[in-house]
Parts: sequence; structure tokens; C-alpha cells
Amino acid sequence: MNARTPSPRPAVPGTLQSTLLVAEREVVTQVRSKSFLISAGVLLVGVLAAIVLGSLLSGRTTDPVRVAVVPETVALVDAADDLEGVRVADVAEARAAVEAEEVEAAVVADTSADAVLDARVIALGSAPERVLGALTVTPEVEILGDPDPEFGIRFLVSLAFGLVFMMTATTFGSTIAQNTVQEKQSRIVEILLSTVSARALLAGKILGNSALAVAETAALAAVSVVGMVVTGQDELLGALGAPMAWFAIFFVVGFVLLAAIFASSASLVSRIEDTGPVLTPVMMLTMAPYFVVVFFNDNDLVLRIASFFPVSAPVAMPVRLFLGEAVWWEPLVALVVLAGTTVAVIALGAKIYERSLLRLGGRVKLAEALRES
Amino acid sequence: MLRLDGIHRSFGDRLVLDDVGFAVERGRLTGFVGGNGAGKTTTMRIMLGVLSADAGEVTMDGRPLDAAGRRAFGYMPEERGLYPKMRAAEQLTYLARLHGYDRADADARARDLLERLGLGGRADDRLEDLSLGNQQRVQIAAALVHDPEVLILDEPFSGLDPLAVDVVVGVLAEHAARGVPVLFSSHQLDVVERLCDDVVVIAGGRIRAAGGREELRDRFAEPRYELTTAGDTGWLRAEPGVQVVDFAGGWAQFDADETTAQRVLRTALDQAPVHEFRPVRPSLAEIFRDIVRDETAEAEQTAAEQADATSPRTAEPTPEQVR
Repeated sequence: MNARTPSPRPAVPGTLQSTLLVAEREVVTQVRSKSFLISAGVLLVGVLAAIVLGSLLSGRTTDPVRVAVVPETVALVDAADDLEGVRVADVAEARAAVEAEEVEAAVVADTSADAVLDARVIALGSAPERVLGALTVTPEVEILGDPDPEFGIRFLVSLAFGLVFMMTATTFGSTIAQNTVQEKQSRIVEILLSTVSARALLAGKILGNSALAVAETAALAAVSVVGMVVTGQDELLGALGAPMAWFAIFFVVGFVLLAAIFASSASLVSRIEDTGPVLTPVMMLTMAPYFVVVFFNDNDLVLRIASFFPVSAPVAMPVRLFLGEAVWWEPLVALVVLAGTTVAVIALGAKIYERSLLRLGGRVKLAEALRES
Repeated sequence: MLRLDGIHRSFGDRLVLDDVGFAVERGRLTGFVGGNGAGKTTTMRIMLGVLSADAGEVTMDGRPLDAAGRRAFGYMPEERGLYPKMRAAEQLTYLARLHGYDRADADARARDLLERLGLGGRADDRLEDLSLGNQQRVQIAAALVHDPEVLILDEPFSGLDPLAVDVVVGVLAEHAARGVPVLFSSHQLDVVERLCDDVVVIAGGRIRAAGGREELRDRFAEPRYELTTAGDTGWLRAEPGVQVVDFAGGWAQFDADETTAQRVLRTALDQAPVHEFRPVRPSLAEIFRDIVRDETAEAEQTAAEQADATSPRTAEPTPEQVR
């Protein structure tokens, strides 16, 4: 070192420190960009709106049906939850009220000789389903074991897990890819690589974007939970709790896997315009789990295979857990497979990344990046 | 002192650096001159360690350079590279922090440097909002922000106006004065000639000339003289041993050996008052042109030889033609 240098040179930061610095830059840049803030906001509002609308449309808060009652049937109608009795003097008056459409229907005493029930319902055009439903007596049902989710919910949950994973992975995956190519295109990568190692650069990119992806997904989860509690859909929440926790774990590892694939694929090209061809297979890989769970969510075999395949496991396994089809050890095995694949892919990806970052000009062939130094 | 020895590098089967070796002395500005594709950028990348050499070594004060030693280098790549969306000071701070400075220190350095380069008022503007010349200054700042122990700059002056060139040269000279070896490449030979203490000329992947600027000019000087007198210089053409290159009235340029030149001067003094008599030394641009011209001639010659060597084979009739 030169004796005339005014201040002593600080210690060279280690790989971990450099990684954190790179990650910090990724996060700060991303959080500051308007497009990121807007898309995240739209996503959050969208999820909240879906939950609230879903609850409204399911008809939980509709007004009770107004029916005319004669003194003999007052007790019957008062006992029914969904009906509001409008007292009239006799059957004739009740008929008049129905005809005048002041009430949906009239419940009057059935006095005919062959009557099975004590009451008769008078309606204008067609049989009033809600009135009949409210008056119907059904026996208590006892369910043995876990309740079976109905098809609609089953489909919806598969869709939700698939969509969240796909959206987050494609959004942040493309950001990683774009930043990688941009660094290569603007040649700042030459300055960076004369300072930090390619590994630290790759690790920082993955770490920073994973942190953002997890944070965004956590915000989504929080909004969903709050939305469900506020709209009184707690039972669904109870059924989703454990699968959601598994989803979170799978999500983190699965995202890191995809991030490594995105970064190393993008490092093969030097210009933003060239990213399309190299990213197409990666994009397909990212969207595959979504289509698998949506189209095959009632096909046990396909779902079972998908729940162990690394790329689709983050979505397929939580769905199977929610459906109650997975045994306790299955998510653990799938997680080990996923984590193992992730480590292997990162090692390979770092190699590709290291070797293609400084190869400017045309597209670097994958085999070349792996063979040559 | 930074030294390169016997550096070879090929891309595929194309040899781009052939036994490249030269030194960048401490405390001196060294200009690196060569045409397009001569190998300047490849050489610089190898010095930086972003590219590996097939053979040869780079040493600093006699010790081979390792990654740790190279981290203290300041580098400005030929293709400008910074984050377009980041603010000027912010990216410099980021780079300084990657070199180990803490946040406050890094920020102070970044702002101080921008101030010295005349960009103090634009420190918090995004890079893409700055003019190209100003982006260039930020780029130079990026190479300097960590107080480098070696400076390697690829075309630092391209795109700068003359005033900006002076500002940048001032900053570079300051670093050189502290004992930092400074190497920069340039196409602008007049700038190199004005600024550099040492010059390295590369052509076709080989070092053609290296040394002090004046020493080079002397070495490549033809025995040429310039004479300006109050009278006419037409008589020069009749002098034995004198080859007149150009003349106009009282001014003439001629080639002659040392003794003949002194004799000519005496004759001239006898004829009319002499205003000026001096040996002509070539400018860097002229030296460079000569070197490159030789290079091209040589390449053509080799190409011709190769063509000769291969022609008998190509002249052989192909089976197609026989049938």
C-alpha cells in the first residue's frame, strides 16, 4: 500500500457482507420503483376485494323474506330464521297481500281433511324456494372424520395457491433476469466483478428478490387472513392454516430455485431484446405448477406426482395437504427433494453465471458456459 | 510498478494478444494507444482479472497479482456501465461500500468526488437524467471512489468537452502524484501526447513501442530539420546530401544527417538572418500512423505469401472438373 494514501484502506468485505450489500441494493431499487409499488398495491387490493365480494355474494347478509301470516301460523313463521311475518287477519287478506306483491308468500293454516302438515303456502307465480327452505325441517347430520371440502372450495384453493406462486415467481423472476441482463448490457458487471465475486453477486440478487417476494406474499397472506376474519369466513381459514404454513416453507425454497434458474439463464444473453428465447422455457417451468393444480386438482395420481416434482411441489403439496390427501411424511420428503434440487441448481447456476457474465456479444451456449472457463 | 509479461490470449483460434509486455510506472500517466481491435480492451481486462490470460503474468511491484490486490484497482470500462435508474451519488456510495467503506464514509467520498469533478449540484439526480458528458464524469468517479492503488481507464476522455478533459486530467494527475500507476487508453492521440508521461503503442495484438513520450519521439524521429530565414530557401535543393521535403519562400523542411544539417545552417546564416532552425520530431499521431502503416503492409505481405503457398493446391483440378 502507498504510504501517501491519506486514509487507510478499509478491510475488504467478505462474501457474506458483499452478498448483503448487493441484496440491499436490489431491495431498495425495487421498492423505489413505481411499477413495483403499483403492481403490489393492485395485487393486495385485488385479493381483498375477492374475499369481500366472495363473502357478499355467498348471501350471508341478505334480508329475511317477508311473508303474510294468519294468527294460526304466527308461531311457525317466528321460529324460522329467514322469515319475517306480516300479520293479517285471515286467509282472504293473506291472498290479497300476495296478489298485491306486498309479501313474497303467505303461510296460512291448512284445514283440509288430507293435510299432512298444519300449514299451507300461498305464492303468486312459482313455489317460493326460500320460504319452503326456511320452513323445512331437516335431521341433524353427524360427520365422521374431517369434513370433505366441496369441489368449489377445492378448486378455489388450488387456484389461489397456484396463482400466488406463479404471479410472484414470474414477477420477481423477470426482475432478476432483467437486472442481470441490464448489468451485463450496461457493462457495470465489469466494475462489479473487479470488486465482488460472481457468486456474491448472484447470491445477493437471489437473496434480495426472495426477501421481496416473501414479504409481498406475507402481505397477501395477512390481507387474506384479516379479510376472512372480518367477513366471518373463519372456518375456511381453519382448514387453510396448516397448508398455508407448508406453502410458506415450500414457497421460500421453491422461489430460490426459480430465482437461480432465472438469473443463470439471463446471464447467457447480453441484451434485453435477447432475453425472450432463453427465458421462455423458464417461464413455462414457472407456470406449469399453476396449470397442473388447476386442471388436475381432482386427479390424484397427477397431483401426487406433481407434489414431489421440485418445480411444482410448492403448489401441489399444499393443495394435497388441504384436500387431506397427503400423509404426514409426504411434505417432508417433497421438501428434502426440493431443497436438494435447489442446492444443486444454485451450484450449477453459479457456474453458468460466473462463466457467461463477461461473455459479451452474442448468446452464450449453455454447453459452452458449462465446459469452458 | 505494474508490469505485464508475455501475455497471450486467444478467442477461439484467433490470437488477439501476442506476447504483450510493458510497465506502468508509479507516479506517471501512461497512455495506451492502438487502433480498433488492436487488443487494448482485452489487455486491460486481463490486468483487471475480469478475463484470464492463456499465458504470461501481471505483477505489482514484482509480486504476482491476486484477487485481493486487484480489488484495490480503479477501473473504467470502455462501454460505460452504471445503473441508469440510480442516483449519481448513490451508485458511487454503493461501489465504495462494496470496497468496505461504511455508509457515512462512502457517501462523503462520493459527494466530495462529484464536487471535484464539477457535478456537486447533480449528485442526487438519476444517472439517466444527466447528459452523456456528465454521465461520463460519474463513470470516472466510479473508478476513483475507493481511492484506488492502480487506475486503469479505457477511453476516459471520449465524449468529454475540452474543459471536462482538463478537469479529469487534473484529478488523474493528482492520483498519479500520490504514486498511483495510471494507465489509460485513448483514440485521441493529441490528448495522449499532451498528457502522458509514458506511451505504449499496440497494434495487431503486439506491443510496437513503449517508453517515455519524448524518448519515443526521439526514437522515431527521422533526421529532419526545419529552417526559417529572411531570404529564399530555394538554394537548398542544390545542396549535396540534402533531401528537401517541402519548402515555401523562407521556410523549408529537409532530411539530412547531423553534419550536413550544421553545414546548411552555416550557409543559411551567411545568406540571410535565420529566424529558426530546429530538428523536427514527429508527433505521436505520426509515429502511430507509421507503426500502423508498417503493420498493415506486413499483414498484406504475409497474406500474399500465404496466398502464394496455397495457390498451387487451389489450382489443382477438382474431381468435378475432371469429369
